[in-house]
Amino acid sequence: MTKKMEVIDLINYTLLTLITLAMLYPFLNVASVSLSSYDAYISHPLMLWPHDFSLSSYKEIMSRPILWSSYLNTVIVTTVGVFGSLALYVLMGYPLSKKILKGRSFIIVAIIFTMLFNGGIIPNYYLMRSLGLLDTLAALILPSLFSGFNLILMKSFIESLPEELEEAASIDGASYPYILLRIIVPLSKPILATLALFGAVGYWNNFFNAVLYIQSDSKWPLMLYLREVIEAASMMALNANAAELGANSVTSETLQYATLMLVMIPILFVYPFLQKYFVKGMLLGSVKG
Amino acid sequence: MRISLEHEQQAAVSTMARKNESRRHFAKHKWLYIFLIPGCAYLLIFKYIPIIGIVIAFQDFSLVKGIWNSEWVGLENFQYLFQSKDFYVVLRNTLILSSYQLICGFPAPIMLAIMLNEVRHMAFKRVSQTILYLPHFISWVVLAGMIINFLSPSTGAVNHIITAFGYKPIPFLLEPQYFRSIIVSAEVWKGIGWGTIIYLAAMTGIDTSLYEAARMDGASRIKQIVHITLPGLLPTVVILLVLQLGHILDNGFEQVFLLYNPSTYEVADVLETYTYRIGLIDGRLSFSAAVGLFKAAVGFVLVLGANRIAKLFGQNIW
Repeated sequence: MTKKMEVIDLINYTLLTLITLAMLYPFLNVASVSLSSYDAYISHPLMLWPHDFSLSSYKEIMSRPILWSSYLNTVIVTTVGVFGSLALYVLMGYPLSKKILKGRSFIIVAIIFTMLFNGGIIPNYYLMRSLGLLDTLAALILPSLFSGFNLILMKSFIESLPEELEEAASIDGASYPYILLRIIVPLSKPILATLALFGAVGYWNNFFNAVLYIQSDSKWPLMLYLREVIEAASMMALNANAAELGANSVTSETLQYATLMLVMIPILFVYPFLQKYFVKGMLLGSVKG
Repeated sequence: MRISLEHEQQAAVSTMARKNESRRHFAKHKWLYIFLIPGCAYLLIFKYIPIIGIVIAFQDFSLVKGIWNSEWVGLENFQYLFQSKDFYVVLRNTLILSSYQLICGFPAPIMLAIMLNEVRHMAFKRVSQTILYLPHFISWVVLAGMIINFLSPSTGAVNHIITAFGYKPIPFLLEPQYFRSIIVSAEVWKGIGWGTIIYLAAMTGIDTSLYEAARMDGASRIKQIVHITLPGLLPTVVILLVLQLGHILDNGFEQVFLLYNPSTYEVADVLETYTYRIGLIDGRLSFSAAVGLFKAAVGFVLVLGANRIAKLFGQNIW
C-alpha cells in the first residue's frame, strides 16, 4: 500500500460517510420530532434525537378514525394489487417464454407498444368513468396491475430456468397448470419477490391515481390522507408569521411528522429483508432487460 | 388435366394436414393459450381502449354525450393548443426542468457508484448501500411533507439557520426562483442511491485482470478509474442516457404537483400538471387530451429515436 492510495481512501470514505448521513438525517429528524413535544421542536428543529420525549402526537393521530380507514384502504389496495399483478405476470410470462406458442411475437410487440405509448390522463379517466370505477378502490388497483417492463423481466427469468425439469415432468404426464404451479412458480421465487417489492412500494406510495379517481374520504388511501394533513398545515407554514398559530394548530409539525412516520414504517421495515432479492432482480433487468 | 387434379388433391390433403396439425397443437397446448386470456383481456381494456380513447382530442367531447355522440372538430384543439401562450410556457418549463434533471440527476449515481466500487471494507459498503437505497422507498407525498417543513419560513430548519446568522427568513416555496433547484435536489436525494444499482452491476462485469495489469504497470487508483472503470461503464451510460433523452417530456407528475402552488406556476407548470389542471379541474377534456396526445406522440418518437441511436452504439434497449 502506498501513501497515495490511503489518501484516496480517506477522502472516499469521508465523502461516502457524509452522503450516507445526508440520506439518514431527514429520517432521524422526522422520527425525533414525532417523538418530541411541540415546544422542543420549536427550539431544536434540527434535532437528531428526541427532546422532551412524548408520545402525544402518536396518540392524537391514532385517535382519528380517518387515519385507520385510509390505512385499511392502502393495505387492501396493496395486497390485492400485488397478488393480482404477480398472478398476471406468472400467467402471461410462462406461455410467452415458450417458442412454440403461436402469436407469441405479436403479443410481445403489443406489450412493448404499451410501454412506449399510452392514452394519457384524460382517456384513462374516461375509461374509469365508463366502467363505473370512479371513487372505488378498484380504480386504485387496476390501472397499475400490469407493467410491460416487469412482464419482460418475468419472461426472461422463466426463459433462464433449466428446461430439463419441465421436460421430465411432462414425460411423467404433468399438465401445464401442474408444471406452472409446482415447478415454475417455486423456481421463480427471487423474481417474484422482486416484483412483489416493486409492486408493494408502487401501490403503497401511489398518489396520482388517488388524485385522479378518488373523491370521498372513506375511500382515501394513506397518501391522500397524508397530503390532506400536510396541506392543512402547509399554507400556514408558508407564511412567515405563523409561529404563534402553530402551537394551537391541529396539524402542528410534530403531528405531521408522526403521520409521516406511520406512513413510512411498513415500507422501511420490509425493505431491508427484501434487499438481496431486488438487487438481484435489478441485475437481471440490466443484463437481460 | 389429370396432373392439375392431382395437384388439387395434394393441396387439399396438405391443408387438411395443416388444419389437423394446428388442431393438435391447440389441443396439446390449450392451457398455454388459456393462461394468456386474463393478461390479454387486461391489455385490451386498460391499455388499448385508452389509446383508442385518444380520439376525443379530435372532438368537442362532452361527458354527457360520450365518444359516439360528441361532435368531431378535426384539428381545432391542436390549432388552439399551438396558438395558446400557456402551452409554450408549459413546454418551456417541461424542457428546462428536464434538462436540470438530466444535468444534475444523471451523473450523480455514476459518481456515487464509482465511489462505492472503490470501497474495500465490505461491512461499510453494505451498511451505506442499505441507507443510500432508503430514500427511493418513500413516496413523494412524504418527501414533499418533509421539504415543506424543512423550508418553512417560520419553523423550518433551513430558515432556523438563516435567521441564526441574522438574515431574514426566505419563503422558499413561494419564490419561483428556487422552485427548480428544490425539485431537482429532492430528486437527486431520492434517486442517487437507487441509481447506483445498475452501474454497480455493470462494474461487476469489468474484467478484474485489467485492474491487476494496471497495478503492475504502476497505475494509480485515479488512473485505474479513468482508464478502466469509466470505459467499462460507457455502454451502460450510453443506453441509460439515450433512454433518458427519450423521456425528456416526462418530469414526473407527483413531485411537481405536490410542491407547486399558484405563486410558482410560471416556472413550475409542466405538461403533466397542465394536462391534469385544464382537463380534470377546468373540465376541458378534449383540449387536455390534445395536450396529452402531443406529449405521448413526441415521447413515442423520442423513445424510438433513442433506441435507434442506442443501436448505433451496438446496444438494443428491447
